[in-house]
Amino acid sequence: MSPRLRWRKFVSGFMLTMTGVCAFVAVSVLFVILGYLVYHGGTSISWNFFTKLPVPVGETGGGMANAILGSAKLLLLATLVGVPIGFLGAIYLAEFSGGATAFVVRYAADLLNGVPSIVIGIFAFALVVHPFKHFSTLAGGFALGLMMIPITLRSTEEFLRGVPNALREAAMALGASKWKTIATVIVPAAYRGILTAVLLAFARVAGETAPLLFTALGNQFWSPGWKQPTASLPVMIYTYALAPYEDWHRQAWAAGLVLLGLILIINIVARAILSRGIAVPRS
Amino acid sequence: MATTTTTVSSGGPVARSRSFLSRLREGDEIASMVTFLFAASVVLVTVLLVFELWQGSALARHKFGFNFFRTSVWDPIFEQFGALPFIYGTLVTATVSLLIAVPLGIGAAIFLAELAPARVSDTLEFFIDLLAAVPSVIYGVLGIFIVVPLMRQYIQPALKHSLGFLPLFQGPAYGVGFLTAGLVLAIMVIPYIISVSREVLLSVPRDQREAALSLGATRWESTWKVVVPFARAGIFGSIFLALARALGETMAVTMVIGNTPTISASLLSPGYSIAAVIANEFTEATGELHTQSLIELGLVLFILTFILNGLARLLIVATSQRGSGTGRA
Repeated sequence: MSPRLRWRKFVSGFMLTMTGVCAFVAVSVLFVILGYLVYHGGTSISWNFFTKLPVPVGETGGGMANAILGSAKLLLLATLVGVPIGFLGAIYLAEFSGGATAFVVRYAADLLNGVPSIVIGIFAFALVVHPFKHFSTLAGGFALGLMMIPITLRSTEEFLRGVPNALREAAMALGASKWKTIATVIVPAAYRGILTAVLLAFARVAGETAPLLFTALGNQFWSPGWKQPTASLPVMIYTYALAPYEDWHRQAWAAGLVLLGLILIINIVARAILSRGIAVPRS
Repeated sequence: MATTTTTVSSGGPVARSRSFLSRLREGDEIASMVTFLFAASVVLVTVLLVFELWQGSALARHKFGFNFFRTSVWDPIFEQFGALPFIYGTLVTATVSLLIAVPLGIGAAIFLAELAPARVSDTLEFFIDLLAAVPSVIYGVLGIFIVVPLMRQYIQPALKHSLGFLPLFQGPAYGVGFLTAGLVLAIMVIPYIISVSREVLLSVPRDQREAALSLGATRWESTWKVVVPFARAGIFGSIFLALARALGETMAVTMVIGNTPTISASLLSPGYSIAAVIANEFTEATGELHTQSLIELGLVLFILTFILNGLARLLIVATSQRGSGTGRA
């Protein structure tokens, strides 16, 4: 082997090893994050964490029950806003629309998807908080719902398009009208994909903090109804982590662990649903 | 049911041969109308968002004009608002993050697309996808409790010791600051670079690799001199995507950048970013002008990410179409 070739082989082997190291470093970050959260937060998770209100500074104990309920309410609202618009809009795009309208809608959705979450917060503030002069659960849910729309819309459309045309033709050949075809053939055929899309969108907004800062605000107590500011897990983590109290830091770690656990589980479930699907392509 | 034969296409409307009334009776027109309304509401919301940002910042835009971007006094009491420190901080942290994330991300993407067996590659990609799902506030928590102390005690003193002659690494080691924010941002955007770059690398036709190898290129030479250049546009697309994310990222940056509106050549110095100042001051904005200035910052952020995302999409689509092959050497 000439020295030149030996050198080239060495470079090849070295660089390829380096790419492996890069991949290893990138993936290990996930486990580092999980490890730290479990290490620091694991001990603070107790029954109280899920059932008690936060306690004033200085007292130990207490939990984040109000934040957990608040997050649940916000996510319920977000789903009510985001999923119908995303789902029905996607049906329009995939089954009804022609070129130009579909292009405009898709473009708008991609635009909305790229908007930084803090700007979504400003928008929700201007649209919901400002006119009613009140920070509220409604405003927070609206902001999160806005973020769910483009994710649901674009991936649902992909999955609807993945349904083979033969199915459409067969249904129509049997005399079914178009909407019947959609409702009884196409959507059921793509439901795994659609469910995955919705779950991923849900997981994505579950951890969003920035849009909640000036819509749902925060709350140390229970938030009755929908028109009051409410606590939420992500905002609680943010405030507690920045506060100068040791006890609050522990709570922030615990809340982080709960939140990340929830998000990762939803992600894994969503992907599991999809991988067992049949007539749905991977997007 | 009295229907004539209709041609069915996946996207286009059903042939117009049937009368409007019969289609209405079957419900197709109604279904079309209803779904159209939902689709149109997406456009409406987006237009409204741009309108609100434009309208909401009118006062500030008129009062300060271009000086908004040139001056660095941010004083709510005397109603003087110049955004230079925030823009500077945003750009510096984004640059630092890309300097770290691009080599790492592309390296990992090459490994996943070219080297790893399909099964390993898919498993790792699964973890990368999970990593992309970690919320930014979690990165923030790890940032302030783990990265900041680490920076303050070990990394920043080491940098000052070895590279302290550069203006980039001077001044006291606070832990928080541009460098820390850039590092945390880098960790956050790496998954995006990896996912997209892996996709475009995989779409490079197999012939390209085989041709290079058959000419006697080593594995690395075929990857670096043939496959990567072929996918170059798409990889740039992934970088733009990551940049757009980095510019708009709020929580993690707010927690580790130090929140001090300074312009300093030193990366160790604390700073401020556009998203962070909005997050910190929006609810407590004192006067109309203060709020409007913050909304104008939001508008700036919106325009920046709008341009970058558009560019990214163009580049990625162009590459994916160019190489439609399933490439796994």
